[in-house]
Amino acid sequence: MSTAVADVIVEDALPADEPGGRRANLAANLVQLARKPVFLLASLYVLFVIVSAFWPKLFTAQDPYETHPELAAQGPGAAHLFGTDIYGRDLWTRVLYGSPLTIKATLIALVIALVAGLGLGIVSGFFGGVVDAVLMRGIDVLLAIPGLLLALSIVTALGYGTVPVAVAVGVAIVPGFARTTRAEVLRVKTLPYVEAARAGGASWGRVLLRHILPNSWGPVAVLAVLDAGVAIIAIASLSFLGFGAAPPAAEWGTLIADGRNYLVTAWWLSLLPGLYVALLVLGLNHISKTLQELTR
Amino acid sequence: MTRYIVGRIVQAVAVLWAAFTLTFAILYLLPSDPMELQLAAAGVQEDSLTPDQLAAMKQRFGLDQSIWAQYWHHLTGVLHGDFGTSLSQQVPVSDLLTARIGGTLTLSVSAALLSLVAGATLAYLATFARWNPLRVFLTRLPALGASFPQFFVALFLIQFFSFQLGWFPATGNEGAQSLVMPVVTISVLTSSVLAQVLIKSFDETLSQPYIATARAKGLSRSAVHLKHAFRNAALPAMTILGVLVGLTVTSSIVVETVFTREGVGKLAQESVLSQDVPVVLAVVTVAAAMFVLVNLVVDLLYPLLDPRISHTRGRVRPAPEVVTAT
Repeated sequence: MSTAVADVIVEDALPADEPGGRRANLAANLVQLARKPVFLLASLYVLFVIVSAFWPKLFTAQDPYETHPELAAQGPGAAHLFGTDIYGRDLWTRVLYGSPLTIKATLIALVIALVAGLGLGIVSGFFGGVVDAVLMRGIDVLLAIPGLLLALSIVTALGYGTVPVAVAVGVAIVPGFARTTRAEVLRVKTLPYVEAARAGGASWGRVLLRHILPNSWGPVAVLAVLDAGVAIIAIASLSFLGFGAAPPAAEWGTLIADGRNYLVTAWWLSLLPGLYVALLVLGLNHISKTLQELTR
Repeated sequence: MTRYIVGRIVQAVAVLWAAFTLTFAILYLLPSDPMELQLAAAGVQEDSLTPDQLAAMKQRFGLDQSIWAQYWHHLTGVLHGDFGTSLSQQVPVSDLLTARIGGTLTLSVSAALLSLVAGATLAYLATFARWNPLRVFLTRLPALGASFPQFFVALFLIQFFSFQLGWFPATGNEGAQSLVMPVVTISVLTSSVLAQVLIKSFDETLSQPYIATARAKGLSRSAVHLKHAFRNAALPAMTILGVLVGLTVTSSIVVETVFTREGVGKLAQESVLSQDVPVVLAVVTVAAAMFVLVNLVVDLLYPLLDPRISHTRGRVRPAPEVVTAT
């Protein structure tokens, strides 16, 4: 009963929810977003990369592993969008079939970073005091080790492959999430509606889950989109350095690293997959930036 | 004041010690069998050894001791500049580091200098430009630079400037010519990061009342921008110097691998490939030490450059949040 009262007070206290509530707000934001052509383009590209990762057959009829010696090292053209590699395999197909590995790794990394970062940030910001001091010093230590080197140490200990690389990258981006979440929790904690909810009799646990968490979520979500791009670069870099999935699997970083040996004669082998990755990261960064401007 | 300095130095040492301990824990405590890793690194199959030989090997690498004894051994070693023996090359790790660190330092320092100049110029132009499309373009440019994976930038430069134009050698570390493309590759990322922070800082500074006062006195836009705004806008950027140095060091891993340059970055890549644990530990420790040292110097110098910040009241300046690939 008392918590219900607290909720009502809270909803009245939020000016952003005025006339039509959160739904209307969201709809207005979506309309605003739909008017930004670059944002639309970036979203469509990201969507395409995801869809083509799960249903590559929609976009290519060829086999990623079947070799055609007579078609070896052909430049990009109508028949082969990204050209063919030295075994005559269609590069475009190999890039598409390589997507799930990298996307899976990115998702694992993001889940690790989100769970650990959100947990640490909430506990740190909510409890404050000694707990906060200890946890934040821990984050300082993580930050003192440059991210890629931290990831390399973890890869050394765990071994090679998609999952170890994903875990390593996930751990390396935890500090950013923890800091952002903590800052937001600290900010939201002092707002009048939290006090109102407490005064209405809601327990701290309920206040945390029902009021603080949903209102701290925005900047963390924006960071998650941005860090998806960061994670993709890091994962591709690690597999480029030779720590990713073993061949013949076609992870993006591995494809680009393989193509490097033929840069003089067949530039498309590494530059076109590289461009594919770069555009994805660029798209994610742009989406994140637009969302950030919108929530400001 | 003295108390602050001493406290800050103690803090830096504590962070460095904790970073070393964390890396040691990752490398020596995770489920993988260190003996197997190290034998593999030395090119020996574990099965081919008799139990006696295995025990001798363990003794040689200090693996027969408890994890605490090993930790203590490593920690006291590092304090004396001894990082142990490389498993794959059978030479002291400190020799490997000293032989390679020069190349990486040259690369890092050149990249840092170029990024300072390029980042500051870009931020200056982006905030000074009046024509809106140009302004938007320049403001968005750093986001573009930070989005491209470094291996892609490196391969693109090689393809274009080495193979098409033949201006610079594609690989190797002979002469200043070979330094150009690696430095540019690193700077694309670091100058973008710097420019993003500077542009934000410029925007905040330019909305300050004293800027309006300076303009009202009749000073030209460029004079106000250069003399009044620039110095104050540049101050907050100092706080990310540590991050920039960390970035140039981690960038050297990819860049030295792509351009086949001898350096600590390539050493790190090779050591991870051969699972040479002591070398990985040493490289991480040295990189963390550089990061901690730069941050310490920045923290101690900051109040001298910005008298508004006083040491006695603790840390007032907020460190800008930077998110980057590495």
